[in-house]
Amino acid sequence: MFDDLRDLYQEVIFDHNRNPRNFRVMESADRKVEGFNPLCGDRLTLFLKINGDVIEEASFQGSGCAISTASVSLMTEIIKGKTEAEAEELFKQFHEMTTGKDEHFNLEAIGKLAVLAGVREYPARVKCATLAWHTLDAALKNEQQSISTE
Amino acid sequence: MSKWASTMNTSKVEPTHLAQQDFTENAGLPDIEQLTKLANELFTALPCDGSRLGQASSLIAGGSASPLASAASQQDFALDGDAVLQKFFAKSASPYQQVPDSLDTSPVFANNSANTSAGLASLDKSVLAGILPNDFGLPDVLKPSIRPQDSDAQLQKLFSDNARYPNSVEGISESSQVFNGFDASLIAGLSPKAYGLPGEDELQQLFATSPKVPVSTSSGSSFYFLDEIKSEGFNAPALNSGHPAFDVQAVRRDFPILKERVNGHPLVWFDNAATTQKPQSVIDRVSYFYEHENSNIHRAAHELAARSTDAYEKARDTVAHFMNASSSSEIVFARGTTEAINLVAKSWGQQNIKAGDEIVVTWLEHHANIVPWKQLCDLTGATLRVVPVDEDGQVLLGEYQKLLTARTKLVSFTQVSNALGTVTPAKVMIDMAHRVGAKVLLDGAQSVSHLRVDVQALDCDWFVFSGHKIFGPTGIGVLYGKAELLESMPPWQGGGNMIEDVTFDKIIYQPAPARFEAGTGNIADAVGLGAALEYVSKIGIDNIARYEHELLVYAMDALRSISGLRLIGTAAEKTSVLSFVLAGHSNQDIGVALNRVGIAVRTGHHCAQPILRRFGLESTVRPSLAFYNTHDEVDLLVTMVRRIQSGKDF
Amino acid sequence: MTGFDVDKIRQDFPILAEKIRNKPLVYLDNAATCHKPQTVIDSIVHLYSHDYANVHRGVHTLSVRSTDLFESARTKVKDFINARSDKEIIFVKGATEAINLVAQTYGKANIQKGDEIIITAMEHHSNIVPWQMLCEQTGAILKVAPINLQGELIYEEFEKLLNAKTKLVSVVHMSNALGTINPVKQIIATAHAKNIPVLLDGAQAIPHMTVDVQELDCDFYVFSGHKLYGPTGVGVLYGKQALLEAMPPYQGGGDMIRKVTFAETEYNTLPYKFEAGTPDIAGVIGLGAAIDYLNTIGMDNIAAHEAELLAYATEKALAIKGLRIIGEAEHKGAILSFVLDKIHPHDIGTMLDSLGIAIRAGHHCAMPVMDFYEVPATARASFAMYNTKAEIDVLMNGITSLIEVFG
Repeated sequence: MFDDLRDLYQEVIFDHNRNPRNFRVMESADRKVEGFNPLCGDRLTLFLKINGDVIEEASFQGSGCAISTASVSLMTEIIKGKTEAEAEELFKQFHEMTTGKDEHFNLEAIGKLAVLAGVREYPARVKCATLAWHTLDAALKNEQQSISTE
Repeated sequence: MSKWASTMNTSKVEPTHLAQQDFTENAGLPDIEQLTKLANELFTALPCDGSRLGQASSLIAGGSASPLASAASQQDFALDGDAVLQKFFAKSASPYQQVPDSLDTSPVFANNSANTSAGLASLDKSVLAGILPNDFGLPDVLKPSIRPQDSDAQLQKLFSDNARYPNSVEGISESSQVFNGFDASLIAGLSPKAYGLPGEDELQQLFATSPKVPVSTSSGSSFYFLDEIKSEGFNAPALNSGHPAFDVQAVRRDFPILKERVNGHPLVWFDNAATTQKPQSVIDRVSYFYEHENSNIHRAAHELAARSTDAYEKARDTVAHFMNASSSSEIVFARGTTEAINLVAKSWGQQNIKAGDEIVVTWLEHHANIVPWKQLCDLTGATLRVVPVDEDGQVLLGEYQKLLTARTKLVSFTQVSNALGTVTPAKVMIDMAHRVGAKVLLDGAQSVSHLRVDVQALDCDWFVFSGHKIFGPTGIGVLYGKAELLESMPPWQGGGNMIEDVTFDKIIYQPAPARFEAGTGNIADAVGLGAALEYVSKIGIDNIARYEHELLVYAMDALRSISGLRLIGTAAEKTSVLSFVLAGHSNQDIGVALNRVGIAVRTGHHCAQPILRRFGLESTVRPSLAFYNTHDEVDLLVTMVRRIQSGKDF
Repeated sequence: MTGFDVDKIRQDFPILAEKIRNKPLVYLDNAATCHKPQTVIDSIVHLYSHDYANVHRGVHTLSVRSTDLFESARTKVKDFINARSDKEIIFVKGATEAINLVAQTYGKANIQKGDEIIITAMEHHSNIVPWQMLCEQTGAILKVAPINLQGELIYEEFEKLLNAKTKLVSVVHMSNALGTINPVKQIIATAHAKNIPVLLDGAQAIPHMTVDVQELDCDFYVFSGHKLYGPTGVGVLYGKQALLEAMPPYQGGGDMIRKVTFAETEYNTLPYKFEAGTPDIAGVIGLGAAIDYLNTIGMDNIAAHEAELLAYATEKALAIKGLRIIGEAEHKGAILSFVLDKIHPHDIGTMLDSLGIAIRAGHHCAMPVMDFYEVPATARASFAMYNTKAEIDVLMNGITSLIEVFG
């Protein structure tokens, strides 16, 4: 019935929406930043534990749509063990994938995150996918205030 | 039971953005009586009322020879090389430059006038493309410097020469004295000689000798604008020698209403300064929106919302591109020019204008560019200053310079006068204002449909115009503002869409432009405006300007030949508007008589009473041209006015 | 319901034939904006093709034609809401501008530091922000009458808020987020007993029911044309003449000045005092055409049809497991706001859109209402006269399917 949406709502997304990974408050976090999309009402709090320049742990709390929940859930999995610079690079790539004009974006290079490439065709939903990453970007820049995608 | 506390005192909290504004000291609208009184003072000020204009007014006093000199031109000739020649030609290129109005009343002058402008009245496109100097009886030695194949930049520069606006500096040339002493109220049938006016010989000498205007520029006057006369920001249409042919009949077929008949005659739409007609593409675009895309925008994720949002934002992009804004986020949709000016007055104005500050407007302004500033002055204790104009309806730049001081916080002026058609030297005036740290709002209501507007080149801080005056729908207009300025401005109207987050005790506003677009926008008409600008771009604004200029020259020349007809507004740089009065006939009667044969003109004060009073008038008849008007229509107008003048019934 | 033929009505709305991804459009976002009947579109096309000129200004024929069309639209609006006089009908951009106008003219002239303005907890941002701004400017205090979980005004609490310091009550006639229809006649009577004027935000109410401003006795009534099957860019401020006469002007410009003589400057008379600049001529004339159309259908017929749709939709919705209706007031207009367990409204919106169903998902510019119900957003289906029970079936089937997909 929802054939047209297969690109947007892949099974991985439903899975992460039902069972978000790293969904917890992290008491020992070094960084804690809130992200908010006022248009949808999506809110999340991202927690990072950083050792040197390596992200040792990442977790989140909050509520949002399936796209934003899956996006932040996937993100916390993928950045674990990455250096801050690597995470920043991923942010750039993710941003390029979801908002860029490049039709030939190398989806393989971005790995698991490629499941979110479908939002490109849904301009109204791009911000749902990028909220997590904008929040991460703020956390890496050590901006402690809440950020908003609007 | 509710979770809401039943009362919330918003004054106790510190709203995130509202805290930055200080509305409290501006609380309360102006007292009407006071406003009325002050507005009266403004509107009833006689042209020479020194109480408001100080020195400025004394310099334009009465019919005496005022010490206004074409000083800039003197400076021009002190320069070397191409610049000199270009500027010289620019002066000569304008048919109105050196021909005062009312010359038609004298056979001598009529001849002279005809000689002077004959080449212009019959201009063909190749001439207009190049403005060959030999059409103007100029010395041969100068001819080669301007040729049709000369670069655009040069030609643009040629028309960007604002130096021709006289100012009141030392070193008056004889010729200027003569012309500035000319009494424009001269009535029909009287020999100018009797009034000590120049006769044919004098005029011919004047034209012939104009290159030899004394070069007394060493008088030390501050020629404040000369260093600004560069290629950008020109007011006049850029001339482009390689333009495609302009086919007025093809253009007319695009406008369904032009097929309309009025009182049994084909409609002749000469009320373009009031509003313009719509091409089929605009009408179709609005219909298409309602038939296939209609939805509210930004709010929902469904297909129609996406279509309408795309259409609306594409229109914003089109506007930004049309006026060369650096970003679409600098484009705020408003109902029209009036609302856009009110928005700036109430947002930026109330935030930044304080007691003792000064706001400068010109005498040319439409009420929409006077009243909001008067209201603001009354609210804040600021003072409104008015730049005078000369007998041709040109801004007196010297007087303008004198009004600019450290107290000047804002200059708001029109790019084209709706009552006279004067094109103001906007770029020069903007730069002068910026030099004293003032912000500038440029009213483009009458200019956008006639000449190319480049807000970055002009460097204005705000630019406003109405869609319905550029072949677009009613109910939509544009406020352009420099991005950093818009970002610093508090919102004006509150409501949906301009809000990022609302609780009952705080508000977070959206960034511009959404901050200034409270409520559901006029989506369909914004989209229609986009279609109108696309249409204009397709025809080419330079082609339009060129065609209209030729038509205007033709029409002015023809109207001048009618005895008893006085043209109001004879600036060297003008566009579209042909305001006139006819001795012995009321304006209203003329309007009614013209309507009988299908000609639509406006009669009245055109919401610009101060400038008409400057010419001792309460109203005029105002035919105004657009690019779908033809020479035949002008001929019909002239024939009919002539008949009215001669008392023949038709 | 005699003579109400929804299939025939649908023929009058060209956009309803639109296909969305090869599926028929099911447009249930009418609370955001309504579609336009062909007669409204035609009125705009005809104006621009035959009669168009600026209004109030010319002696020429087209100006007279345009002015006549424009002013006759004003009379149509006057009759439609049963105002006493054309002078009481001010054309504005929309409900939002109308409220801002009242706040900045009536409000600035009459409301001072320490005074109180009463709104309710179910207001649209347009009936919150202008008052917050006024309070910031004047030092007045905004007070909010609470609602209960059904989404109804708690009347006793509202009454308690009214006191000698209360200078204005501004309430929504029908809530855009909940559908609640407020007991406005009672509210007005209560406020008037204490000499407090009342503004009604009629943006949502006007397309769904007969509105009689004299019977209501409201002091101001505002609405938008685009929610009344009319064009975008036009709306109406109704105000009692005496109040409007006493108010200072809002925007300055052409047309709002009547006479500038050597002795005095006069603002124009009503309604022009508040209509600075060239108005949305085509929009106003299009709104007049929309009212003509509504009159041929009959507001009572429309109300009855929509009540039937709402009852049908509510019954169907309640049968869906995991669906919670937000807004269950006893008196409700044709709006069905809802949330689903564990499925975000935006996902609902996207999924239904793929089936050609247009609903709105979001906060509906009523964030305080979202906060009250502790939801980030809701999904909202809102009905118009051209909707059918068959469309509601499509909606409900869609909801059922997406619940399955989400698991």
